[in-house]
This record gives sequence, structure tokens and C-alpha cells, in this order.
Amino acid sequence: MSTDSGRPEGPNEGIPRANTWLLRTEHRDQQRSPVSFKSRSTREIRNLQMRKNISHATSTIREKRKKVVSEVENWEELRTRAAQIKQHTLSNLDFYLEEYERNVTEAGGQVHWARDATEARQIALELVRESGAQSVIKVKSMVTEEIGLNDFLVENGIEPTETDLAELICQLAGDESSHILVPAIHRNRVEIRDIFEATFAKKGTLEAEPSKIAEAARQHLREKFLESKVAITGGNFLVAETGSVAIVESEGNGRMCLTLPNNVISIVGIEKLIPTMEDLEVFLTLLPRSSTGERMNPYTTIWTGRPPAQLELGKETPFNEKSYHIILLDNGRTRVLSDEIGKQALSCIRCSACLNVCPVYERVGGHSYESVYPGPIGAILTPQLVGDPLAGELAFASTLCGACYEVCPVKINIPEILIHLRSIHSDHKRDTVLGNIERGSFGVVGIVMGNTNLFNIATASVSRILKYGGPVLNRVGKYLPPINGWIESRTLPAAPKETLRDAYRKGTLDALLKK
Amino acid sequence: MKVAIFPSCIVDTVFPEAGAAAIRLLERLGLDIDFPLEQTCCGQMHLNTGYETRAKKLAARHLTNFTPYDWVVGISTSCTTAVREFYPQLLGPTRAAVGGTGKFIELSEFLLDVLGVTELQGTFAKKVTFHTSCHSLRGIHLGDRPQRLLGMLSGIQLVPLPKSDSCCGFGGTFSIKNSAISTVMMEEKLANVYWTGAEVLTAADSSCLMNLSGGIQAAKKPLTVMHYAEILEIATRQTQGKLSNFSGAK
Ligand code: SF4
Repeated sequence: MSTDSGRPEGPNEGIPRANTWLLRTEHRDQQRSPVSFKSRSTREIRNLQMRKNISHATSTIREKRKKVVSEVENWEELRTRAAQIKQHTLSNLDFYLEEYERNVTEAGGQVHWARDATEARQIALELVRESGAQSVIKVKSMVTEEIGLNDFLVENGIEPTETDLAELICQLAGDESSHILVPAIHRNRVEIRDIFEATFAKKGTLEAEPSKIAEAARQHLREKFLESKVAITGGNFLVAETGSVAIVESEGNGRMCLTLPNNVISIVGIEKLIPTMEDLEVFLTLLPRSSTGERMNPYTTIWTGRPPAQLELGKETPFNEKSYHIILLDNGRTRVLSDEIGKQALSCIRCSACLNVCPVYERVGGHSYESVYPGPIGAILTPQLVGDPLAGELAFASTLCGACYEVCPVKINIPEILIHLRSIHSDHKRDTVLGNIERGSFGVVGIVMGNTNLFNIATASVSRILKYGGPVLNRVGKYLPPINGWIESRTLPAAPKETLRDAYRKGTLDALLKK
Repeated sequence: MKVAIFPSCIVDTVFPEAGAAAIRLLERLGLDIDFPLEQTCCGQMHLNTGYETRAKKLAARHLTNFTPYDWVVGISTSCTTAVREFYPQLLGPTRAAVGGTGKFIELSEFLLDVLGVTELQGTFAKKVTFHTSCHSLRGIHLGDRPQRLLGMLSGIQLVPLPKSDSCCGFGGTFSIKNSAISTVMMEEKLANVYWTGAEVLTAADSSCLMNLSGGIQAAKKPLTVMHYAEILEIATRQTQGKLSNFSGAK
């Protein structure tokens, strides 16, 4: 791939177009248009109901998280350990992937390798077709969203049903998810009741109470569980030494999906691997406390290969009509792995703690990120998976306040990666006029700041600009991009008597002091 | 002990009163404070906006400017964070350590941890609320040091700011690039500030204060905004004789 100017795109070279299924931007000439966080978030932020819903939900979960985390004395040690395990596994990924494949195969499962979204979708479709099923039930999975699986199945005549409550709400409402753990976080209970009544429940029969809503969904899903031949799952962890997939969920629907249908297909990113069951213990301590603020996770299912064959009454040979398939997905991950700073993002265990503490996410909601992965993790993952030209803007969707890094259970230094991605982005901006203007200005400012004489002149002129230009700018600045947004709601500081350096030099510091 | 002040570009050009206050305060404690005039910018703005190469040059230059000093006292938490937390990544850990990033210290750390100040003779009879800047909290981990110092003054009424640790929305160029979000964050922060009924809003970071005071002025609220160093300086201005008890410069 190369840009109009014929220059290679550096870090985005060779990104297959298929990867862009994780974006939720417009399609233009069969191509996705780039993420526009600024304009989308400027629209979303006016949705006061959405902001209220998200702010309520995230502040509740923040408090819960804080409380249960403070109970664990060696929390910091555990975080460090988790980060080490992930880094170690990622540095030896080929080794552990082979070990994992061997163990799955030995346990009667079958491993499929998918280089990108296109391959993964195709493999999944063929497996569903082989089983003869017309429909599938699904356990909540970010990776199937990343590859746009549901739409693809529908296009091919297969009906997918989400069984996670929040995911089901989104599916029924035709909403895009807006949170990686609580996809319908932008909806409140009244809105959810209305969605149910507009789809499967009779009008006027449902109370807007969480327990009633959950019960209605349970009734609706029960049929599907019993009649489905195929379940499609994601996976929170892959354990190399046993060939197991661990699925962590709160409602029990995941366990039903794994145990009721005869055919289980898991689709999991290759970065989900950890070496041993003992390592899993570390993550199962960190994950529920970080994500839902619970001490222990309600339903943790560990699934290994195909269930053993059983001898059926009156038959000579053991009979097994069950099957287990796992599709291991790359979809850009090995390329991310080659970036020394950026690769930390692959340690993510999708706990969503970073979303819940992010002051930007809290105001603009998940849809503003125009990606399957929103919030701070989305801001570091999306640009790396789809490339800077399509999603580089997301790296600027942060004040670098550091709240995300502080809570991340695997210690991903999100601000560090954001800064790193910003510098990749500014290298690319040579292609646009505005980008060049910004680049040029920062270049000039950089030269001035690197030279004491020029800096002296510049600081003195800032005072002069504030003094003579300030009043004017305060009035007309709201029409002057790029400072218009600033001036609309703020007054420029008044000009000081003189700069600190001048006062120090002249011995007039006391004149600066407030009375 | 040779001590320099590193006020930051914003203080130097826009809020010099905060820098002057810090210098006078430290002098009252018996120290000689230098303002090395070759200092320009630490490079934070370039780094945060994605201009790493320029930032690297500025960082190297910044360290060289402070070579002769034992301590470099900062009064802007984000700038001290840039030097102490980001230089090692920008320049490499060895080069950063040899360059002396470890001697960059924030005013309250310097007063409490280096000088060992345990009391301050001074009065500030006002209702004050404190905004915890992101970098003071998560960058250099100041904890409640500035509030502890303010609490040593008599007459002061420190009122807690609800959600004090949530970001004020400035974020340097963020406030321009994503101004709509920045404005909402600032307004929510200010709503809480007004709710406290404080007469004075203070913080350990002039960038946050520039952002917030801009909003306060636009809203025409009668609230004074000042750096906590200014409060300490004003409170101790009239103190005769012994200003403080401290274990002394180490
Ligand atoms: S980046 Fe860290 S905090 Fe955010 S979802 Fe991933 S593991 Fe959780």
C-alpha cells in the first residue's frame, strides 16, 4: 500500500483491508473512511441522556472496583506478575502456540489458523455449514465483533443469536456496542424494557426492573439454547499446557452455550495465550475485581477439546457426536508485536477498567471512537490494528491524565503508547495542509524553545500579545479556528506585568507578587 | 546546597506571580534560589503532541541547563512529571539518570521531604479548595503534600473538592484539538468548585489553573485562582523571625 504521494506508509504497510471491519465508520467506494473522533464526539457529547447513563454506570463500578481492589494486599505484586506473564508469553508466542495446538489436538479438538478477518469468517461459516445448522448461539466475544462475524453469517443465511444480556439488547435494538464489557451501557432500564417490548415481549407486560428484564431475556433465550446445534464463543484465556480455553462470564449463558449444543467453535486472538493453569490463577484474581468489581467471577468455564466419547446403550463402539474447533486469529496482532512500545496493548485482558475511569469516555461514550474497541484500550489498539491513516486520530482522544494506566491490571502504560502513536501520526501528517501547518508551527516553536535568545523574545511577545491582543481575541477568537473552541468558554489570561525571567533579571520579583 | 527553580513556560510567561512567590518563599526559609536564564522549555508539549525528535533535543538541552545544581524545584507538576517520568523513556534510562532527572523535585516534596518542614508560621484566613492535578496524583505521586503544607497555616479553611482527582480537561493541545470534550470536563470541574463555596481555588499545576481560571472568568464568578505557592508566600509574608521548623537542608 502506498499513499497518493507514492510514499510507503511505514507502519501501515501491508495491513489487509479486511481488518477494517472493526471500524464503524462510513463505507466509501468499498473502503472505510477514517475515524473522525472529533466530529463524532462533538455530536455525541450533546446526548445528555447517554452521558447520564454512562456516568451513572461507570461511577458505580469505579467505586466497587476501588473497594475490592483495596482488599487485596499484594495487588501491585499481582499486577506486576500478570504483566510479566503476558510479556513472557508474547515474546515466546510461537513456542506456546505450538504447545497449545498439540494439546488441543490431543484432546480431540481441531485448531484452525486465521491470518485475518476474512479467513476467520470463512472458516467459521464452513464449520457451521458442515454441522447443517441454520442458526448459532453466541457467547459474548469481542473478537467476533472485530471480524464482523454476525453480519457475515446473516449475509450467508445463518441466524446468530447473542446470549449475553447486554449483547442481546444491542442486537435487538440494532445498536452498536459502546463498552467492551457492558455493551448496552448507553441504555437505561426503561429504554431496555422498551426495546424488549418492541421485539419479543408483549407490550405493557414488562416492568423496567433489572430482575424482570433478565427473566424475560432468559425465557426468550431458553428455546434457542435447546434447539441450537452450534455455539460460537470467544475466549478470555488460552492455557497452553492443557490446550484449554477459559471463558469468564456473569450470567451462565456462556456455560449453557458450551455444554448444550453439540458443536462448539471458539474464535480467539493469539495474544490470549498464557503458559499454565497456575498463571490463570493470577488473572482470575485480577479480572473480576478490575472489570465488574466482584471478588470472584460467577461463571468461569474451562473447556478442553472435545468431550469424551460415551458408550451408547446397545452399541459396540463409543459414540461421539460432539465437536470442538478453535480458530486462532492473527488479524494484525503479529505486526503489533513488532512494535516495541505498542505491543504492550496485546497484554490486554479486556477488563474495561480503563474505560470506567476515563474522563473522556465518560463524556463521549463508546460510539465516538467509531471502533469495536472504544475507550483508552481502543485508542491504543484500533490505530495499531487498522493503521494510522484510518484511526490515528484516536491517539489524541485523551488528556493523558493517566487514570487508565493506574487501574490497568496488566500494567499497560497507555499514556506512553498514546504518545508513541501520536508521533507516528505526526510523521504521517505531511500529507495534509493542516497537518503541515501544525508540523511547521511545532517545528518553529521547537527551534525557538531550543534557543535562549529566541525564547526571551518569544516569552516577551506572549505578554505583549496578551496585553494588546487579548481583549480582541476574547471577542473574536470564537470565530478563529483552531482556538475557537477554547475561547468560546474561556477568557484568555490577563497580561502579567512582565515575564518571570525579566523580573528576575531586573530584581523586580516583588512587584509581581499578589497583594 | 545549590537550588534552582524550574517554573515552566506557562508560569514564566503567563503566571509569573506563582514563580516569584515560590522563589520568595524558599528564600524566607534561608535558601539561595537561582533562576537559570538559559532554561526554556522541557519539551513536554512537543512530546505530548507527537513531535518526539524535537522533544528529545529540548529534553537534552533542559538537563544540561541544570547541571550545576543539587536540586531543581518545580512548581508545575506536569513539567516535573515530564522530566522525571518521561525523560527516561525519551532519552533512555541511563542518559536520563546521568543527566540528573532524579534531582527534579516538586516544591511540596522539597519542603517536606528534603527540608523536613513540619510547621509554618503564617495566616491565611480564607476558604480554599484544592484541585488535584492528574500529574501530581499519578505522575509524580505528590499525595496530599501540598494540602499538608496549606494545613499548617492558621486561619485557613480547606474545603474538600468533590471528585478532586478527575481531570480538568486541559491536556495541553487536547483542549484545542478536542475542545468540546475539554469544555465539558472543565465545566463539570468548575460546577464542583462553585459548589464548595470556596473563595480561592488552588492547585499545584499552572496549566490546570490557566484552564480553570479562563472558565471562571468567562463565567464571571468572583473566585480567586492562585498556585498554592502563592498562598504559602502571602501567608508567611508578615511573619517575623522564625518562619518554620525544619530539620534543615540535607
Ligand atoms: S487496557 Fe488494561 S485496563 Fe484497559 S481493558 Fe485492557 S487490561 Fe483492562
